[in-house]
Amino acid sequence: MSGIGWWGVPVAVLAGAIRVSTPFLFVSLGELVTEKSGRVNLGLEGTLVMGAMSGFAVAWLTGSPWLGVLAAALVGALLGVLHAAICSLPRVNPIAVGIAMMLFGTGLAFYLGKPFIEPKAPELPALDLGAWSTSPAIRSALKVNALFFIGVALAPALVWMLRNSGIGLVLRMVGDSEDAARAMGYSPRLVRLAATAFGGAMAGIGGSFLSLYYPGSWNEGLSSGQGITAVALVIFARWNPMGCLWASLLFGGAGALGPALQAIGVTGFYHLFNALPYMVTLLIMIISCSPDRTLAGAPGELSITR
Amino acid sequence: MRLVRLAEATAPPVLALLATVVAFALFLLAAGADPLQAYGLIYLGAFGTWFSWQNTLVRAAPLLLTALGMALPAQIGLIVIGAEGGFVAGGVAAIAAGLPLAALGLPAIFVLTGMALAGMATGAALVAACGALRHWRGVNETISSLLIAYISIAVCDQLVEGAMRDPASLNKPSTRSLPDALMLGTIPGTNIHLGLVLGLVFCVLAYVFVFHTTWGFAARVVGANARAGRLVGLPVGRLILIVTALAGMATGLAGMVEVAAVQGAASADLAVGYGYTGILVAFLARQNPLAVIPVAVLMGGLEASGGLLEQRLQLPDATITVLRGLLFIMLLASETLQGKLRLKLRPRAPRAAPEPVRPAQAGGA
Repeated sequence: MSGIGWWGVPVAVLAGAIRVSTPFLFVSLGELVTEKSGRVNLGLEGTLVMGAMSGFAVAWLTGSPWLGVLAAALVGALLGVLHAAICSLPRVNPIAVGIAMMLFGTGLAFYLGKPFIEPKAPELPALDLGAWSTSPAIRSALKVNALFFIGVALAPALVWMLRNSGIGLVLRMVGDSEDAARAMGYSPRLVRLAATAFGGAMAGIGGSFLSLYYPGSWNEGLSSGQGITAVALVIFARWNPMGCLWASLLFGGAGALGPALQAIGVTGFYHLFNALPYMVTLLIMIISCSPDRTLAGAPGELSITR
Repeated sequence: MRLVRLAEATAPPVLALLATVVAFALFLLAAGADPLQAYGLIYLGAFGTWFSWQNTLVRAAPLLLTALGMALPAQIGLIVIGAEGGFVAGGVAAIAAGLPLAALGLPAIFVLTGMALAGMATGAALVAACGALRHWRGVNETISSLLIAYISIAVCDQLVEGAMRDPASLNKPSTRSLPDALMLGTIPGTNIHLGLVLGLVFCVLAYVFVFHTTWGFAARVVGANARAGRLVGLPVGRLILIVTALAGMATGLAGMVEVAAVQGAASADLAVGYGYTGILVAFLARQNPLAVIPVAVLMGGLEASGGLLEQRLQLPDATITVLRGLLFIMLLASETLQGKLRLKLRPRAPRAAPEPVRPAQAGGA
């Protein structure tokens, strides 16, 4: 950042908005689909960490980062299925199961991930959009990972799917009224299983981005609450995929402010800046929630807003 | 009859425990370790000798308090999982109060009381904030408590590395240390600090509060059905504030004990997960403050035995975390059996167990 001084801050925040937002984007889009079906999965924090670990391990063992992403998605889907299977038992509290899955996922990832802390896995490819610039800061800022584009394309695709496709209709129906879905002959249990598996797979991919691109290594301090923040982010986005995209970019930018300021020598409040995304989330939840009415856009069967 | 009911209520958690033992044995086999030997080592490390008992009880002490951070709000239907934040902030507040009090040359009892009050007030403020946000702004308390925990841990890290840093702590920032003479003492004849006694007292008081006071009864009414509570004119908002503040006091006191009895100073080492293990303890105890005591001892034992597994069987330190995660999942799945298992001894009663608390109600209404 030295070449452009204070201008490095907005550039780095922009770069961070793109780079840091990708895991938020994937986790929140996945959780959005799960929540649309009327189920909350708080365990995505554990799924994210498992995805980061398994993606890194497979990429390192096979030499292909994309196989790593695939493995992370599969592991995430499996954890999602486990969550959904336990939640489909009568009188089991989904929120509590989410907390348990959070602890289990992180524990399992730390256990299995021990041998992978040292090595360096192949990185995911990135597009060099800043090749025109001579400034290294701008060039590194505009080096955008392929997964980011996939996530960005997925948001409008999900909007379309939820609004126009048969799958989207069934999903929304199960989420808004179990009785209506059952009357139409759909099994809420199966639809939620599929929706939670999808959410888990997306969280797994989000985790693999952490270990395969940015920060780009596997260690036990890799995730610092991105999974749980993304769950809150869905509420903030009012269950709208495009809202998830903008919110993720905002959070990414907030998360990048600390490191950006540190790079130009403002080191005083490093930890506070790192906590900025959580403060933003909390503030937004305080402003946007209300005790008297359900949030606009919230699925009717969702326990977290009732 | 009570015994039969008690047996019916405890049967599902016991079944969950057995299922976990089997599942973890398979896990150990897959890891190439001998399950019998591992379980033997866990027993040895947790309860095998007087030394391991002391180790276990020292680890159980903070869990008694952090578990109350979850079990008390559960009475009123709230799932609060931010005990880790109250723990760390309570510890930092305690040392912030303790150092100037010590500098005044006050006797230990005053310094420690001041530290405990500071820790409890800080924890109470943090957890009561989640309750207030839930009641007056409709913010989901599970998410807000976790966010507040992350934020308060960040603020504490900032304080420890900035304003409160001991200039002499070079590589690992920490605050200045409490003089040895002012540290919280041990139970005579043991290595167990008095935090264990504080935890036990708090658990019993919490039990009396929940099951033998009008406030506790009112809180349980609101927890079972918030709308009914409001209809009969219960002050729901005030009850939520009281219960969450008590929960926060417990977590803050746990942090104070960790600083005053174990670490002597506040550093990043405070956030080692006692708050999160407390969640598991509370669920395993089915949110009953009295049941928290044996469960916390069991969990303390598991933690204490981790080192032995690592040394003797070369298993990673996360092995115990996996065991805890498995146990937690099995336990929640076993909730589905609650009230379904009937002992043949008595005629069919209209309802099965007295159902101490059903956390399933939380998040709703």
